[in-house]
Amino acid sequence: MRGMPRPKIENPGKLLARLMGLLFRSYGLQMLLVGVCIVVSVLASVQGTLFTRTLIDGYITPMMEQPTPDYGPLLGAIGRVAIFYLIGVSAAFLQSLTMMYVSQGMLKTLRGELFEHMERLPIRYFDTHAHGDIMSIYTNDIDTLRQMISQSIPQLLNSAITIVSVFISMIALSIPLTVTTILMVVVMLLASAAATKASGKNFVAQQKNLGAINGYIEEMITGQKVVKVFCHEKESVEGFDALNEALFESAFKAQAFSGLLGPINSQLGNVSYVICALFGGALALTTGSGMTAGGATAFFLALVTLFGSLTVGSLASFLTFNKNFSMPINQVSMQFNSIIMALAGADRIFKLLDEEPEEDEGYVVLVNAKTVDGQLTESETRTGRWAWKHYHKADDTTTYQALEGDITFHGVDFGYTDDKMVLHDIVMHAQPGQKIALVGSTGAGKTTITNLINRFYDIQDGKIRYDNINVNKIRKGDLRRSLGMVLQDTHLFTGTVKENIRYGKLDATDDEVIAAAKLAGADGFIRRLPHGYDTELHGDGANLSQGQRQLLAIARAAIADPPALILDEATSSIDTRTEKIVQDGMDQLMKGRTTFVIAHRLSTVRNSDCIIVMEQGRIIEQGTHDELLAMKKRYYQLYTGCQPEAV
Amino acid sequence: MVKKILHYLGEYKWMAAISPLFMLGEAACEMIIPVFMGQLVDKGIYGGSMTYIAGTRSRMILVAIFGLLCGMGAAYTRAKSGAGLARNLRKAMYDHIQTFSFSNIDHFSTSGLVTRLTTDVTNIQNSFQMLLAMAVRAPGLMIIAMVMSFYLSPRIALIYLIALICLSLLIFGLMGSTMRYFKEVFEKYDALNESVQENVSAIRVVKAYVREDFEISKFQKAAANIYLMFIRAEKRVVILMPVMQLAVYTCILLISWIGAHMIIGENGVSTLTTGALMSLLTYCMNILMGLMMISMIFVMVTMSQASMKRIVEVLDEESDLVNPAQPRREVADGSIRFDHVSFAYNKDAEEPVLKDIDLEIRSGESIGIIGGTGSAKSSLVNLISRLYDVTQGRLLVGGVDVRDYDMEVLRRQVSVVLQKNVLFSGTILENLRWGKPDATEEECRRACRLACADEFIEKMPEGYETRIEQGGSNVSGGQRQRLCIARALVAHPKILILDDSTSAVDTATDARIRQAFREEIPNTTRLIIAQRISSVQSCDRIIVMDNGQVSGFGTHEELLENNEIYREVYESQTGANADFDQAG
Repeated sequence: MRGMPRPKIENPGKLLARLMGLLFRSYGLQMLLVGVCIVVSVLASVQGTLFTRTLIDGYITPMMEQPTPDYGPLLGAIGRVAIFYLIGVSAAFLQSLTMMYVSQGMLKTLRGELFEHMERLPIRYFDTHAHGDIMSIYTNDIDTLRQMISQSIPQLLNSAITIVSVFISMIALSIPLTVTTILMVVVMLLASAAATKASGKNFVAQQKNLGAINGYIEEMITGQKVVKVFCHEKESVEGFDALNEALFESAFKAQAFSGLLGPINSQLGNVSYVICALFGGALALTTGSGMTAGGATAFFLALVTLFGSLTVGSLASFLTFNKNFSMPINQVSMQFNSIIMALAGADRIFKLLDEEPEEDEGYVVLVNAKTVDGQLTESETRTGRWAWKHYHKADDTTTYQALEGDITFHGVDFGYTDDKMVLHDIVMHAQPGQKIALVGSTGAGKTTITNLINRFYDIQDGKIRYDNINVNKIRKGDLRRSLGMVLQDTHLFTGTVKENIRYGKLDATDDEVIAAAKLAGADGFIRRLPHGYDTELHGDGANLSQGQRQLLAIARAAIADPPALILDEATSSIDTRTEKIVQDGMDQLMKGRTTFVIAHRLSTVRNSDCIIVMEQGRIIEQGTHDELLAMKKRYYQLYTGCQPEAV
Repeated sequence: MVKKILHYLGEYKWMAAISPLFMLGEAACEMIIPVFMGQLVDKGIYGGSMTYIAGTRSRMILVAIFGLLCGMGAAYTRAKSGAGLARNLRKAMYDHIQTFSFSNIDHFSTSGLVTRLTTDVTNIQNSFQMLLAMAVRAPGLMIIAMVMSFYLSPRIALIYLIALICLSLLIFGLMGSTMRYFKEVFEKYDALNESVQENVSAIRVVKAYVREDFEISKFQKAAANIYLMFIRAEKRVVILMPVMQLAVYTCILLISWIGAHMIIGENGVSTLTTGALMSLLTYCMNILMGLMMISMIFVMVTMSQASMKRIVEVLDEESDLVNPAQPRREVADGSIRFDHVSFAYNKDAEEPVLKDIDLEIRSGESIGIIGGTGSAKSSLVNLISRLYDVTQGRLLVGGVDVRDYDMEVLRRQVSVVLQKNVLFSGTILENLRWGKPDATEEECRRACRLACADEFIEKMPEGYETRIEQGGSNVSGGQRQRLCIARALVAHPKILILDDSTSAVDTATDARIRQAFREEIPNTTRLIIAQRISSVQSCDRIIVMDNGQVSGFGTHEELLENNEIYREVYESQTGANADFDQAG
């Protein structure tokens, strides 16, 4: 991720604080343990490097002078260091083990919270956010966050502690060499900054070209059959080639520049090493066996007299430190980019978590009902009858009201945004058991009306009443449970056919599932599937035809056995013959229940109790089929395809 | 598989070959520096020679410069060959997809193809570049460091060798089992993300059925499972680093002990210098780091294997439709003859989709096709322009078997308006010219007039220059269908096939389009698939399809008389034009 353009984040400090807060609140003890482990393992490794000096200066050099060297003390020293090392290794192990539990645990929690929160968001959120963007939170953002938690944070801590302890050790060994090292590190940082800037520009271009080619590929592959039908292959390839070439150019440049960073840094590191070695060598020389050279080295000599001497052992240790010092600094600059990326991801994650969930201030609930002594009361078991349980706070009483399916709209205005109304002054009354049909052009507002009844959206003005209760007072879950919905776009879930039908009633028996499928006219084709009711569906039922998917969706609604039903173009992809079979089943199911039907097929709406004709968000005609035909206005025109005689 | 992918390096072959050499050069420079340093200590410091120190300086700087050059060369060649490989792979796949037949396209899903062309190629580019950077360098570093160590002290080098062997056995043993776990985890992880995707797109269903809690508990269960699997896999990786450290530390201590003995020597005979000891300590790190890098390469290659497999799948897919050796380049007329045709999408399918179809359609006839969901109406017409090949029997267009035509010639003469049709981003005119690249604006206008598309196009502020967004999202369904019909008409085909292409067009306009066809292109054979009786009843003859077979073929009146299915459909759609469509 080196050299990637840094995404802009508004308040990185606050974001980081929130993220760390989350991390430490759930895993405070573990993080403390990790911190201690890092300190211990860094100290152990510093100790080990310093041992090189002790080894040379404290043992080898003096022992060389002894006629009969005694290895005992050396063995003891090695033993001591071995213990340090062992502690260091155990600490490192403990650290990575803890970090693994922390990062995976944190991700699990975050994923769960994200999903849970997402499920509770209003439909509006899904309307206004591209599905691809929501998905990318779960995949890309969570992944970068995992990298940050499991790698960047421990590495940063490690680097920071290493830098500090190595710095202290270096100073203790030799101040002039430390100054030299620091100077070289500054040069290194400047060089990386320059290379990052150069590659960053090209990375932006690369991302842009990548986006362009992805878009092109997506469009052309989606239309590949059309390309074939029109023999448009050559042109399609030409367009592709141009984009591919541009991507190649920018990708090459971006990669080349960012690739330079590595060798530049490592060679600068080597130069730093060489300078220290030379300088240190010169310093050590004065401590060594005296001077034999002269002339050209006057400069070094001057320095040596200025800063004092250095032992060979110190030089050896220092040179290792030199490497150990520039490495973490490089790492920090690399980690910096990935942390910024992860923060951008965290920003999107938190934004989703901060979205207001669907509000539900309703208190009227739906219960199974039975009549005891002429009085409607609650029932524990499913009775096939429902009642609204209404608790009155004022006088602490509970009343029951039978669910009838009486739905009224009083002067309802609605817009997806406040500044653009899509429904104006809707007034309608669906009496219990009636079949209400909504007809009109695409975009007239038919689907919108049904989405208001179940409160997918809240209205701006007016009132919607369900059995004379304002729908705002009904708990959303209960309101929706009382309305079966078969939507325009059928969506099925990964799982078996049986599980998909059972979605409408989780505890349904196999017999109930089959009965629902029969009612929906889906039983026939399901039995012809390779594994019948146990056939696995994938990718939104991609292996089924649109018509078959609609039949399954109807079966799913049928098994729920809802008191009222909304069918939004539920049979549009089913041929008229099959539809007739479905219709018969549905009519049976819906007998005595309020039904809203949106359809553009005459056979579907003809026998409705009331047909509502909509245009541009307004109801323009209302009545039965015959009444509307007699009016010879819009319905007549739609029906006959003729221009209306009057108006 | 790897070989197949690398084949697409093409002109970047030598760049890819040279890049590791540069890397090796850089590694060598890195390896020489500890030697210089050791000598500096031994000859310069212990020898007390300032001249030696000064000489070492220029040598070391030269090495650093050489190393830098090598590094830059490596970065350049690596970037070029990596980006080049990606470019060639993309192009090879894209070109190959263009030769796909419909059944090849069905085989891969659209999104599957897109992922292969984008994400998978990027994955391969990344791992290839990493490979170039490390594959030679890491073993190179290791070998050079090893050789150097043996040169300095075979005894100590032997310790390295033993440590190296033990560690590599451990690492690769661990990797083998870990990779299996990771593969499993990633599969489950994909499934989890798929279920999120499903929830996002089906959120209305979830909410309508009040299944939020059900979905949440399902998700939590899956997430917990993934957590456990990740832990199980990562546990194996977590011990790697500490074990590596342990090995390094053990080596350092052993060297210190043995090295000290060797330097001090027995009876005053020293077998190792202090400088050499310092160099050896540096090599110890290098050797074990090299091993670590090799194990990383191993992981990366395994990870990108899935991508490689998916790309090779596309490249290996053979188009099952090929042009004949001596193709016919002329379509005589628009007559169509199905000669006992059977067809199945899958050759092993038990029951064919179309069974023994035997039909004769005259040139210039208008034919309606009607039938229930899944009665194979679309399959029937898709055979005519050879989008699929028949499984049995023959299909003749203009008296010649479609398999004897040049495919492009055939498809230019047989224009199909597909059921799932798309427009492409570009102006309306550009879209229309898909049918015939050199069509004049007048020709396009005429086609639009026939398809009743002129009325709304002319109302648009920029008329025929109006830009269509991707997928035609800025025009309504009915408008899109009419544009698609116009696009097919621009080609001046001998046969025109409309596969349920006016379902979103209101009945009045639908009738006007058919009227225009009758009057303006009477010599073009027209096949119209429709759900509505009204769309087909005025055709010369109507085919009634039922379950892959022709149940009836005749005029509207004939069928009403003697075809039960047709009569049933007709009755269910009583009323002159029984649809409520969007008007306009």
